[in-house]
Amino acid sequence: MNLAIKKRLRRLGFWLGMLFFAAFAIFPTVWMLISAFKQNADLYNAANNPFLFNLPPTLKHITFLFTNTDFSVFLWNSVLIGVMVVIITLLLAVPAAYSLSRLVGRWGERSGIAVFLVYLIPPTLLFLPLYQVISLLRAANTIWALVLVYPTITVPFCTWLLLGFFKSMPREMEEAALIDGYSRWQAFLKVSLPLAWPGIATCVVFAFALSLSDYIYAASFVSETASRPLNSGVPTALIRGDIYFWQSLMAAAAIVTIPLAIGYGLLFDKLIQGFQPEAAS
Amino acid sequence: MASLELRNLVKIYGRTHAVDGISLTVADGEFLAILGPSGCGKSTTMRMIAGLEHPTQGDILIDGEVVTPLPPRMRNVSMVFQSYALYPHMSVAENIAFPLKARRIPRSDREQKIRWAAGTIGIEHLLARRPARLSGGEKQRVALARALVRDPTLFIFDEPLSALDAQVRAMARSELRQLHDRTGITTVYVTHDQFEAMGMGDRIAIMKDGRVRQIGTPQQMYAHPADTFVASFLGTPPMNLLTQDDHIVGFRPEHVLLAGEAAASGHFHVPARIIRQEFLGAIWQIYAETELRGHTNKLLAQFTSAEVQTLHDGDAVQFMVSPEHLRYFDPGSGKKMDAPHV
Amino acid sequence: MSDATARATRHAGVTDRSTLLGALMLAPAIVYIVALVGIPFLLAIGLSLSNATVGDPGFHTFVGFKNFERVLNDPAFPVALRNSILVTLATLVITIILATAESELFARNFRFKRFWQIIIILPWAMPVSLAAVNWLWLLDSQFSPVDWILVKTGLLGPGGVWGPARHLYYYGREWLGLGSLTLINVWRLLPLATIIVLAGRTSIPHEVFEQAQVDGAGFFRVLFRITVPALMPILVVVTMFTALMVFGDMALIAMTTHGGPGHSTQLIPYLAYVKGVEGGALSEGAAVALFMFPILLAAAIGALRFASRSESN
Repeated sequence: MNLAIKKRLRRLGFWLGMLFFAAFAIFPTVWMLISAFKQNADLYNAANNPFLFNLPPTLKHITFLFTNTDFSVFLWNSVLIGVMVVIITLLLAVPAAYSLSRLVGRWGERSGIAVFLVYLIPPTLLFLPLYQVISLLRAANTIWALVLVYPTITVPFCTWLLLGFFKSMPREMEEAALIDGYSRWQAFLKVSLPLAWPGIATCVVFAFALSLSDYIYAASFVSETASRPLNSGVPTALIRGDIYFWQSLMAAAAIVTIPLAIGYGLLFDKLIQGFQPEAAS
Repeated sequence: MASLELRNLVKIYGRTHAVDGISLTVADGEFLAILGPSGCGKSTTMRMIAGLEHPTQGDILIDGEVVTPLPPRMRNVSMVFQSYALYPHMSVAENIAFPLKARRIPRSDREQKIRWAAGTIGIEHLLARRPARLSGGEKQRVALARALVRDPTLFIFDEPLSALDAQVRAMARSELRQLHDRTGITTVYVTHDQFEAMGMGDRIAIMKDGRVRQIGTPQQMYAHPADTFVASFLGTPPMNLLTQDDHIVGFRPEHVLLAGEAAASGHFHVPARIIRQEFLGAIWQIYAETELRGHTNKLLAQFTSAEVQTLHDGDAVQFMVSPEHLRYFDPGSGKKMDAPHV
Repeated sequence: MSDATARATRHAGVTDRSTLLGALMLAPAIVYIVALVGIPFLLAIGLSLSNATVGDPGFHTFVGFKNFERVLNDPAFPVALRNSILVTLATLVITIILATAESELFARNFRFKRFWQIIIILPWAMPVSLAAVNWLWLLDSQFSPVDWILVKTGLLGPGGVWGPARHLYYYGREWLGLGSLTLINVWRLLPLATIIVLAGRTSIPHEVFEQAQVDGAGFFRVLFRITVPALMPILVVVTMFTALMVFGDMALIAMTTHGGPGHSTQLIPYLAYVKGVEGGALSEGAAVALFMFPILLAAAIGALRFASRSESN
């Protein structure tokens, strides 16, 4: 076959593929955005084209979201929880990963995949006894219950990620620091940590995202509305019995998702790098 | 400025004896080259001296003090790594400043020392750059400056030239040795390259399989190798080693003469057949096969062009070697022995 | 030992001794995991062997394996088990295939790449219950835009290939419900899977591909003979991740099918939740949840063994 035609076909194939994936990813969200501004009469009419504004768009439902529900509270809770979970995760996972990679011998290095064994005990198994632990600590019904518990989801993953990172960092840099006059701990702080920043950045993103991927702990441990995060708060506030406030629900989803998507998307290449320690050095 | 002593140093990994009992002394201000093939234990020895590895047995003394239990930062040893190990997130100046900061040296003193070290090595123009933008030779110099800046008791070099191009290497070799002469710092230089070892070392320690086979000046080692390994490791091309019944006789290619000239009494005669001749500019290398007392051996001889005029491939010739250039080795242990009774 | 050496030895402290320092740096994470995963795990086992209820949550009575018997006799359980495995496997297969394809696209350079990256990462950026609600409405039995499109293209509705009805009851039918759950899972996990596969894909040295080009290999040959084998270790990671996230998730089913109709789309985590929290029988809930553990363990061992075998090749 003609080379130029082959090239054209290849480009066509590429963009067809890209369009497919883009459409798949974004179709629900685009439609969700449109729905958020639809008037009730427009939305609840099965004959209407769901992708067009058959009646003029309205801000009514978005206003409703902010004035009649605790959406801003849920938002704030999720942000607060996310940030604190990230901090706790880094404090636990970074030293643990470094220790496994450098300081505890051969078996430490191999423990990479073994860290995943923690995930064999999923939240749906743990939430029942954990509820008892939380109650004991008097943290039930507060955001602290979630701050305390979410690192069980984020720490193993981040430890695994950073372990790969530290393992592939040439030991010679730290050894040079030792010879230059620093202790092991100082060499870790001044040389290993700065060089691991792509992995740490990825961990920050993932820890934040993982804390937004939990439903069961949020639903089981916190029933006090003012302390709910997004995942349990929004459905509770906007699904009252059989009544779904669809437009407000869609608006809530859009408000949260779009900034996050932009944030994660801009860091896309860094996220890949975080999984890829060899290329970092 | 200090002496270094290793006493019965042993390092065992699992079941492997990486270092199997090394004892040696490096005098104050001396340049000792540790030479050996890969896997001989030289790197492990060097790391133990630096404090990066803990010996299984034995002691290390710097200036008469036992430093074996001390971490690297307390030994005042400087090291230049094979990969230079420059900190990529710091500029050259910050790299050099790093060891000074560890010692809490105040800023003004630091800057002065950095300038001095950079000046001595000749890299003042690189101070603001990052390691990623340096050439191999420049990186090596920065590593040197960083090692030099804090006036260490001992210098350790880990194959610092192996990553350089051949042309740069010769220059770097000379500069390194000159640096040593200027500063007078006791130096241990680990390498697998015999040219570096012979060209730079006051003494050489040759290692194999975790032990020191011989230690001495380059001339001593070259002229009087302690065993067949040293004999064939030093010198390019290596010493000829002809197997005989109860001994191995050795002699260097440049000491081979063509029989038929003057009085040859007492000379060792070797009948040979020429296989190949190679013209290498200043010298000819002759590859030959010998048949001596029932043993076949390969032989390599070196001649200047004048002597070689008459030789052709396939010729049968008589080589001879003067007795003072003959060395004898035990076929079992490889160790040198006295001349056997004929 | 001289005075100076003796003094120096005393000052070489914790921060120098690697093993001790290593233990100290590892300890917080280990303590945390033991306290908040290990011990609750044991408590869960204890719960499943007792007759605790929400009203009476103590461990006082040991009932042996009665809870497990009760669970096994529950008609919902085998369905839940079957469904959990099916949905997980289906999600896995589809996600891996799509992620590999998507990574082929994103491994290349093209204009406005950032833009496209933001678009495809969006599903992962959506908090899980909000994503569930989004899809709940998207596949609603009355107002689904998907159905609207299907009707407009003639696949649904009178004379349509997929039935004369104008709507498919995505969450009200057994297989449609399971399919919908699979679809939502694929949708939200694809970005993560793609990122992980891309990490593996871009660390394949490009000389390998150049060599293949010189050898005259076409796109698909390169894909199946070179790319996929090289990606094997990373595909194992993706598999484990995806499987764990799908198998253990209950947010989607809680928002959409609720296990219905009847129990036909039930999944194990949700069954545990329903029994334990809504039903009040904590011990039974724990028993159901515990069934997850051996399955996951077997899968993990299988994955690890596969990984080490492919690594040694």
